[in-house]
Amino acid sequence: MSFELLFQYFLSGITVGSIYAIVAVGFNIIYNTTGIINFAQGEFLILGAMVGITLSPFLPLPLAIILAVILTVIIGALIEIIFIKWLKEPSVLRVIIITIGVSILIREAMLHIWDEKVRALRYFTGTEVSSVTIFGAHISPQVLWVLGISAVIVICLNFFFKFTLIGRAMRACSANKTAARLCGINSKRMVTFSFMLSAGIGALAGCAVSPLTQTQYDMGASLAIKGFTAAILGGLGNSMAAVAAGLIIGLLEAFSISILPLAYKDAVAIALLLIILFFRPSGLFGSREKSALKEY
Amino acid sequence: MLKILNLEAGYGKLRILKSVSLHVNPGEIVTIIGPNGAGKTTLLNTISGIIKTRSGKIVFNKQNIQQTAAETIVSMGCSLVPEGRQVFNTLTVKENLMLGAYLQFKNGNKKKIKLELKEVLKLFPVLEEREHQLAGTLSGGEQQMLAIGRALMASPRLLMMDEPSMGLAPLIVKEIFETIVRLKDSGMTVLLIEQNARLSLGIADRGYVLETGQIVIEGTVRELLNNHDVQRAYLGKDYKGIDE
Repeated sequence: MSFELLFQYFLSGITVGSIYAIVAVGFNIIYNTTGIINFAQGEFLILGAMVGITLSPFLPLPLAIILAVILTVIIGALIEIIFIKWLKEPSVLRVIIITIGVSILIREAMLHIWDEKVRALRYFTGTEVSSVTIFGAHISPQVLWVLGISAVIVICLNFFFKFTLIGRAMRACSANKTAARLCGINSKRMVTFSFMLSAGIGALAGCAVSPLTQTQYDMGASLAIKGFTAAILGGLGNSMAAVAAGLIIGLLEAFSISILPLAYKDAVAIALLLIILFFRPSGLFGSREKSALKEY
Repeated sequence: MLKILNLEAGYGKLRILKSVSLHVNPGEIVTIIGPNGAGKTTLLNTISGIIKTRSGKIVFNKQNIQQTAAETIVSMGCSLVPEGRQVFNTLTVKENLMLGAYLQFKNGNKKKIKLELKEVLKLFPVLEEREHQLAGTLSGGEQQMLAIGRALMASPRLLMMDEPSMGLAPLIVKEIFETIVRLKDSGMTVLLIEQNARLSLGIADRGYVLETGQIVIEGTVRELLNNHDVQRAYLGKDYKGIDE
């Protein structure tokens, strides 16, 4: 294998990986406040991208994306308020099943609104043929956009959860809801807020990857599974680790093509998910100490 | 400061508190003793708003709080140190303490928080050494101190404690009870729930005995200590009459 080819694989792995990473980060936000996995996370991406695509012919691209993010945030809040907020002491399993139901609902609604055509947002800079050459490998500038946006999101989130009051309060809610209320934290509001945050990040990610992956109404589920794998591999709740894990999965997938038939590409991530769940449920980077203190 | 009138509360169909009435005056340590399952924890959880009141009145600082949300009750100056400590395991000690002052933070009262933090760390120097450790890795005694410290960070006027001695070594229990006395000396009002009657009557001003959801005996500590029923049931002194 020539060096150029190797590098090309590497880059495509990084690209796909950063998409998984961003989905995984969305999972982590909600997990961090509520201890639940929101299986509608993939749908947030597609919904954001769809809205962005619909608005983009009429508005400048940045404005279309911002509006798409805002609209998805509102929908995220509505979903939480309508389906989850009124439940008294919901069990984790019950909420997870609700999110699966919500994901089906959103998917079917999108099919209704946008039919099954494959669409794509236009490239942020340049076109689909323009490319940047690095070490003899060609990559689309959109890849750099995706990488950059994921990096910014993760850094901001890390800061948010560690150092801001709301971020800490959200973590407190996931650690112990009753104790959080006794500190004066409105735990229900924090849950709504976490849904809004992860919906917004999902929508932004969906817009960023749309030019590369195209967007179709039912792509959310497969993205969600890959993102979920990345979140588990990194250790649930840890955004930085989720990014690393997302990149690892992307790279494994990209390089698997050179030794396995293309059809097995998706199987790589699923196999990895099973292996982690069997042997190291705290994730690659999750501290065992911390996971021993958590309830699953 | 706190006045409870004919309070009833419970879980589902279970009626646990049956017409409980009691009061706490400013600057007092009031203790409620009673056996397992008497409703002691339910009582504190109801006052702090975690459990809904069925009927009756809870008046805190002249305001009715029986229908108020837990978050609001904290902001009025009534903090609970919950049973079994309930610290935020996956957060550091410092973050735990800071979250105790969540409401002040929200109001932008940063100077006061710093002072409060200093006071709490002076009260429990161990916590300063462990500042950056995850709270879940602390020992039971340290977690109890953290839980008390976190409640104090909200600068409450009434501190309610649910069995602070639970599962702790006698030496640490002694330390914690000394701290409670020091808090009282600095003007704090304390409502203390304990199974260890000897300990809590040792530091309290007044006490109540709660049995099967009802207050059966009340009075000053001296009265309780001299009460035959209390002596027999909670202090382990048997009737002399049986042997004679």
